[in-house]
Amino acid sequence: MNPIPEAEGLYSTLRKRLAADIDRFDALVGIHSGGAWLAERLQRELAPSKALGSIDVSFYRDDLAQRGLGRSRVRASHIPFPVQDARILLVDDVLYTGRTVRAAINELFDYGRPARVELAVLVDRGERELPICARYVAHTLPQPLPAGERLELARDEAGLFTLRTLRDEPPTTR
Amino acid sequence: MSHPQLDEHGRLQHLLSLDGLPREVLLQILDMAEPFLEVTEREVKKVPLLRGKSVFNLFFENSTRTRTTFEIAAKRLSADVINLNVSTSSTTKGESLLDTIDNLCAMNADMFVVRHASSGAPFLIARHLRERGLEHVHVVNAGDGRYAHPTQGLLDMYTIRHYKKDFSGLTVAIVGDVLHSRVARSEIAALTTLGVGELRVIGPKTLLPVGLEQFGARVFHDLRQGLRDVDVVMMLRLQNERMKGALLPSKEEYHQRFGLTPEKLALAKPDAIVMHPGPLNRGIEIDSAVADGPRSVILPQVTFGIAVRMAVMSLLAGQGAQA
Repeated sequence: MNPIPEAEGLYSTLRKRLAADIDRFDALVGIHSGGAWLAERLQRELAPSKALGSIDVSFYRDDLAQRGLGRSRVRASHIPFPVQDARILLVDDVLYTGRTVRAAINELFDYGRPARVELAVLVDRGERELPICARYVAHTLPQPLPAGERLELARDEAGLFTLRTLRDEPPTTR
Repeated sequence: MSHPQLDEHGRLQHLLSLDGLPREVLLQILDMAEPFLEVTEREVKKVPLLRGKSVFNLFFENSTRTRTTFEIAAKRLSADVINLNVSTSSTTKGESLLDTIDNLCAMNADMFVVRHASSGAPFLIARHLRERGLEHVHVVNAGDGRYAHPTQGLLDMYTIRHYKKDFSGLTVAIVGDVLHSRVARSEIAALTTLGVGELRVIGPKTLLPVGLEQFGARVFHDLRQGLRDVDVVMMLRLQNERMKGALLPSKEEYHQRFGLTPEKLALAKPDAIVMHPGPLNRGIEIDSAVADGPRSVILPQVTFGIAVRMAVMSLLAGQGAQA
């Protein structure tokens, strides 16, 4: 079985891995909501002068007919920098099937043609359904989680991260 | 309670009217419109949410603005939009409304946006789709007769919330030809559901329906009295084309008594906003100085209307999903 990893420790690992490379990027973009929190903190602690954006991929998902909208509140995406020719670090909490990242990349391209997009995640839980991989990963789960179990980041009032598992409502194609 | 626009799980299946629409559904639409507003401000104003869906704009009554905003909303969701100018098509050859619907369903329609001069026409279509087992086809009422114009009502609520946040402390006045106005009916239903602080209805006796008090509205026949200290002024268009019989002495007299002028608007709160569903009869129900003035939010209403219609369409299209 997989013990749930400790999120603050993973965050430090990710930050360390990114510290040396942060100047390879012009902007950080977090995927709502866990990735947006991560990107915000990484930007604050590593590169306050770099642009920060956030993306909610709800409008780019490939499963509207199966899941519908409106289960959770959709946030406006916020990309306050020119995407054209930008070197972008996309940040998410958990990398799973790759569909969310696919949607985020599609959305970014509707703002312009980035020079490069790379991916940083806290946890890679494996079982990809698309050819997507992250360049920066703090932790890879040794075994797959049971299907229907969701792993996601939470943030408390003090801004500290924890990871938690939730039973996903069926059907899931996240 | 069974409601023709909700499915067995209480989710929105069609948008036919704001009467009896639960508060949660109303708020869900308003909340969802917000991120769509961001989409409409982008360089590429398009998201792929309804890609491959066919939306039929069925306008049995003319309306350039409403049809255009529905068309833009559907296109910004990447749907394929087909505009049917029905007055020049088969219905004039005697094809019935439901035959038209059946034919378009055979062309694999996913959604109908319907404007019709007869009250209840969209309900008739929704019932017919259910009887045919075509529950996956959705109907949006874009205005039927004197009955309802739910997306206008929703965009008006979005506008009020955008500028004034909370409804409970607000005094809102609806001014003008309420009798002929489906917009007013939808606004009253939504304002009541959302718990507006005070609802006022202002107009000449001949243009107000009886029984408005049962909706909790305060009725005024004097614009100056009615506008005192209101937060929101919702003007209605004087519907010349719907006016049968002599309900008004003259347009000039109407303007003098019920036209919104800067001088009358001064009686409202200093930060009151002025709304109008368009098209404007300048110099009749509203002066240009007000319509183009600093408190007018008439053009933002149009922009919000696109986001609200995008929200409604995506909510409906996502309802094929299981609970």
